[in-house]
Amino acid sequence: MKNRTIKVDYLARVEGEGGLFVKIKDNKVVDVKLNIFEPPRFFEAFLRGRHFTEVPDITARICGICPIAYQTSSVRAMENACGATVDGQLRALRRLIYCGEYIESHALHVYMLHAPDFLGCEDVLDIAKAHPDLVKKALRLKKIGNDLMVLLGGREIHPISMRVGGFYKVPTKAELQAMVEPLTWALDFALATVKFTSTLTFPDFEQDYEFVSLRHPDEYPLFDGRIVSSKGIDIAIDEYPQYFEEQHMAHSTSLHSVVKARGAYHVGPLARYSLNFDKLPEVAQKAAKKAGLKQTCNNPFKSIIVRAVETVFACHEALRIISEYKMPEKPFVEVTPRAAVGHGASEAPRGMLYHRYRIGADGLIQEARIVPPTSQNQRVIESDLSAYVNKNMKLSEEKLTWQCEQVVRNYDPCISCSCHFLKLHIDRQ
Amino acid sequence: MKDTSKPKVAVWKFASCDGCQLSLLDCEDELLAVAGAIEIANFPEASRRIVKGPYDVSLVEGSITTSHDAERIHGIRRASKFLVTIGACATAGGIQALRNFADVKNFIPMVYAHPEYIKTLGKSTPIADHIPVDFELRGCPINKYHLVELVNALLNGRKPNIPTDSVCMECKRRGTTCVMVSAGMTCLGPVTQAGCNALCPSYNRGCFGCFGPKETPNPDSLADWWQKRMNLTKPEIVRAFRGFNAYAEPFRKASELHEK
Repeated sequence: MKNRTIKVDYLARVEGEGGLFVKIKDNKVVDVKLNIFEPPRFFEAFLRGRHFTEVPDITARICGICPIAYQTSSVRAMENACGATVDGQLRALRRLIYCGEYIESHALHVYMLHAPDFLGCEDVLDIAKAHPDLVKKALRLKKIGNDLMVLLGGREIHPISMRVGGFYKVPTKAELQAMVEPLTWALDFALATVKFTSTLTFPDFEQDYEFVSLRHPDEYPLFDGRIVSSKGIDIAIDEYPQYFEEQHMAHSTSLHSVVKARGAYHVGPLARYSLNFDKLPEVAQKAAKKAGLKQTCNNPFKSIIVRAVETVFACHEALRIISEYKMPEKPFVEVTPRAAVGHGASEAPRGMLYHRYRIGADGLIQEARIVPPTSQNQRVIESDLSAYVNKNMKLSEEKLTWQCEQVVRNYDPCISCSCHFLKLHIDRQ
Repeated sequence: MKDTSKPKVAVWKFASCDGCQLSLLDCEDELLAVAGAIEIANFPEASRRIVKGPYDVSLVEGSITTSHDAERIHGIRRASKFLVTIGACATAGGIQALRNFADVKNFIPMVYAHPEYIKTLGKSTPIADHIPVDFELRGCPINKYHLVELVNALLNGRKPNIPTDSVCMECKRRGTTCVMVSAGMTCLGPVTQAGCNALCPSYNRGCFGCFGPKETPNPDSLADWWQKRMNLTKPEIVRAFRGFNAYAEPFRKASELHEK
């Protein structure tokens, strides 16, 4: 069959609503579209006129899966605009709650959203039938991430403790100390997860990506530092608009981001890992090497191993922060608004999240711009699909469709974020 | 394998952040037990498996913001015996209902370069504005234990035991000092439905209304207090009521009153 159409109307195990369309003519892919039909919610519009202190709680509602990423990027942007410095233990606590989000989000994606594809299961409950013990441990890992978020933030979804300048309330040393035992177990199970994921079967599919992520001189990046790429970009966060732009396509309610000079780029675990391998703790580096990963990983299917490696990092980092913690005297620093533009970027589990706000001396938002990870990855997802289908034309309709979905899920896309889901159409003519 | 003896539960998404349906997956300790008692027939965020209706229970997340979704919800109602809306988007229109106080035509170009590609309704509306709803779970996000209680109640044929008093009462019960009286913080606790165990005041901040208006609230009295004793300006009062439940009637009326 030379010409055909493959379609999936509603892609499962991703966050949000979208579809995918691949058109094949004479055994070649002629068109690929990631259709995002998640209804737009207009955050950037209704943020105008809101007070700058309200923004972290409002932008958290863009995504129930990575609220800490939204809160962190927005508070960093406000602090940048107002010239405030938040460092020491307050900054460490922000890294700690971010580690909680990594453990929760990566455990969710590795075991509940991504692993079923590799094991030929429809969902995690199918995995649980064959491997109940593994799934129970996976749920415990996820819960430990959530428990860390609850301890610092009050609740796991849309936590309420982060504010411009720091936190509304900070934990005592004893409260954090209670997390040491579960996190120590989590670190062990994260290492076992690296081993487990490395035994899965991966298609031979190395791609030449421009990886983009944050890079920080002293640490594996969660927020702050510079924006770097595997093709030479090395800029301050506030230079983002000069190097990147967003384009609006007819088939998507999510804007597509491109590097102005070149086009598509890749954000997320593969990019962070490949650009910051040297900043991973030794335990994570060793686990990665043992799993057969090199210092750069260009196979998006192997992102499942990289997420496991990053989970090792997050558990290790959380334990480090807790061991060095001294309760700060004041939970926040005062931040006085001034007329300025502020930029903030952080590494959401699924990739870099950039925020920019213009605020007035009255503290009210005049303009907002939010660039979520999935809108940055849309182009790369489309080019992966095209390359993958061209290479695997001989597969049966059913198999190719499932694997196309997997190509998309490699990115842990959050469509609610990018606009906001997914419909897969493979059209063969 | 299809088990016909278990009730079929479906999860549906409209305009939302996915957080409320994620609450189901966040029930780590209860998930396998719940999944053992029900058949998850439609839950795309978690599974590729789609079982056709009719469904015993539909959980609906998100608000109606497109004409396509306004049609789609009727099909879901027809296929569902018991339909429960989960979260502030589905029960009140969500944060995206802030457009209801403006002209959405002015909003589109602030976000999108090609307004002609965007199809959206002028208002973000709760599910109950479109179809009869059997039960509502409040919250932004919902309390996951409310969800477990709801599923448990439905499985056992009893009424869900979900509190309907105020955040203020929760604060008193846990012994938190009143942040409004003692620290002069703006707090929606007196008019907001319980459900979070008065989380924000226990973190030294005022309630910002995640669970929406309680039964018989008196937002005008609260606003009067803010204005006269705490010197809040009208725009500050408007913003306080215009959060995740801005379009819920008592909050909507209170904000509109102070906008004039």
